[in-house]
Amino acid sequence: MAMTDQAPRFVNRADQKLWFERIPAPWWALAVVLLFLPVVANNFWLFQVMGWTFILGMIGLSLMFLAGYGGMVSLLQMSIAGMAGYMVAILGNSGTVTVSLGLAWWIVLPAAFLIAALFATISGALAVRTEGIYTIMITLAIAAAFFYFTRQNYTIFNGYSGFNLVLPPQLFGVNWRDPVPFYYLSLALAALSYGAVVYVSRSPFGLALQGVRDNPRRMAALGFNVTAHRVAAYALASVFASAGGILLVWQNAQIAPGTIGMSAAIDVLVVAVVGGMRRPLGPFIGAFIYVILQVFSPDILGFFGFSADRFKLIIGLGFLAIVLFSPDGVLGLWDRWRARRRQQQDQKTGGGVA
Amino acid sequence: MDDIIKRNPLRSLIIAILIAVFLWLVFAPWPPELVAKWGRKQIFLNALLGGITLGALYFLVAAGFTLIFGLMRVVNLAHGSLFLLGGYLGYEIASLTGSWFIAFPVVFLVVGLLGLLMQRFIFSKMEGEELRQTLVSIGISIVLADLMLWLWGGQSYSILAPGFLTGPMELPIINSINASTGATNWLRYPAVRVWILIAAIVIGVAMWLVLNRTALGMLIRAGVDDREMLAASGVRIQLVFLAVFGFGAGLAGMAGIIGGTFQSLSPGEDTRFLLASLVVVIVGGMGSIVGAALGSLIIGVTEQMGFVYAPTYSVVFTFLIMAAVLAFRPQGLLGARR
Repeated sequence: MAMTDQAPRFVNRADQKLWFERIPAPWWALAVVLLFLPVVANNFWLFQVMGWTFILGMIGLSLMFLAGYGGMVSLLQMSIAGMAGYMVAILGNSGTVTVSLGLAWWIVLPAAFLIAALFATISGALAVRTEGIYTIMITLAIAAAFFYFTRQNYTIFNGYSGFNLVLPPQLFGVNWRDPVPFYYLSLALAALSYGAVVYVSRSPFGLALQGVRDNPRRMAALGFNVTAHRVAAYALASVFASAGGILLVWQNAQIAPGTIGMSAAIDVLVVAVVGGMRRPLGPFIGAFIYVILQVFSPDILGFFGFSADRFKLIIGLGFLAIVLFSPDGVLGLWDRWRARRRQQQDQKTGGGVA
Repeated sequence: MDDIIKRNPLRSLIIAILIAVFLWLVFAPWPPELVAKWGRKQIFLNALLGGITLGALYFLVAAGFTLIFGLMRVVNLAHGSLFLLGGYLGYEIASLTGSWFIAFPVVFLVVGLLGLLMQRFIFSKMEGEELRQTLVSIGISIVLADLMLWLWGGQSYSILAPGFLTGPMELPIINSINASTGATNWLRYPAVRVWILIAAIVIGVAMWLVLNRTALGMLIRAGVDDREMLAASGVRIQLVFLAVFGFGAGLAGMAGIIGGTFQSLSPGEDTRFLLASLVVVIVGGMGSIVGAALGSLIIGVTEQMGFVYAPTYSVVFTFLIMAAVLAFRPQGLLGARR
């Protein structure tokens, strides 16, 4: 820290905490739990539940970044993730040898990120032509068009059946589809994406983006290029979505139009809204709730005498309840609960504002 | 009209030539060279007419969507679900009573009532919170889609049209001329589709008349332009909202019966028609009935033409039209800039 060297010597030591001291204790606990989870959890939990949570969380995070900091609710993020996943299948190896090019992984992965980013930038440039709720309509239309296109087109996207046997490269002699390596891979990428969003949200670009969200006119008057900031946000968000999409392909070992269908696009929105779109943690919480519900819905529904197929009904009703009663998601509920508890404590002790 | 032609002579000429070519393509028998290049004329005519009738169906769905959006600023993403629900209900009623026609008023009332309830108890509670309303409508569409899957299962349904509507009818358009006998082959086209097209035109004209020639229409247009001012001048705007929402929902429900008659009903059709309404409204302009008609026509014909002449890329054409409109005229072809 360069600032510390020039700071006066008599600064109160309490203000000069090191960076790791400033991270609150619950975060350390969470990190320890996540790092040592493979010791206690079985493969199903590691691969299916947690792996899927991280993947869905990362795609949701890209939506949260756009919606929370940019004010643009994009239903396109699943399509961008799907585009990256499709590119991995098309450029790399898959069971469909007639289409897949079989290039080396160090070409495939950057190319997948690049093409997905290009797709996001072009769609974003279209979407930012209008504002507010129009964004939802346009991104939904683009997402649907991409879905129908992948389903119809056999020369590039192999139509209805898509690609199967899409496996991650055997880097460093590790099979990255084994539960434990896959868990750590997805955890690392999710943590990186989370850190990147937190970092960007405090960077000049992130602050300008939040300014654009709150008052585009004033930001334009201040000399900021509003459109460029919005398009750049789409491009940046595509990186997190692409990472999630590539992991998703490796986890399922296949990709088909169903992966990026309308319900999948809306699921990403559900995940982000249920978790809370104000903070980057929200999508991961939402994803965890979603995955837990999906995985255990047969048991829960069976307990109440319903068929296991009614999972979507639970998701829909839960989503409606969240939107109707707590628009800022589960995190919002948590914040309000904490605020109320603090108030009650203050009343007891008669103390001032904590 | 004269004025426009005088101001843009070149553009008018190009448009006139295009119209003439189009009319010739439709009405004249095709010379063999053209047939060799594009295939038989019947394929072209079928694609064109199919596109126009599909556009008529899109119009019925999108008209309610665009009215609701224009007046209330509610992007009702459950509109496709109302369409599918109307179709399923119409199927049940038609097979219960045996009458195709009874299904229409009943479905209009039931689905319209559902729309009324949605507006009264959900959307009016969060007026002005556009994003939240949209999210709620997504939630409703998820719930409705799953309820319908529960009740009607995953198979596809088809509603039978009454007897006098089935079978083909001859249209005054030359299909081909028999080279040896010289006899004219008139185009035969399913009667039900022709009647649907006529019905859509009648409904569209009626909506236009109500909007432009009646007191209620005046209120609605005033509400589209400036909702606050209308409310401030003493109009009970919530009632106008209810009427429009109910009408739009009922219209989507009736369109569901029509969609079930000339195509089929199955899970997934709701998102298909929601997407169609979105694209139609984006292309035509938000909140404009005439825009919805124009957009439906363009999208319907493009979709069918693409489907016939370039099957694997037909979606791309629709998308390109939308992208082009967004790039050059973000408010839509006939949308007002707000």
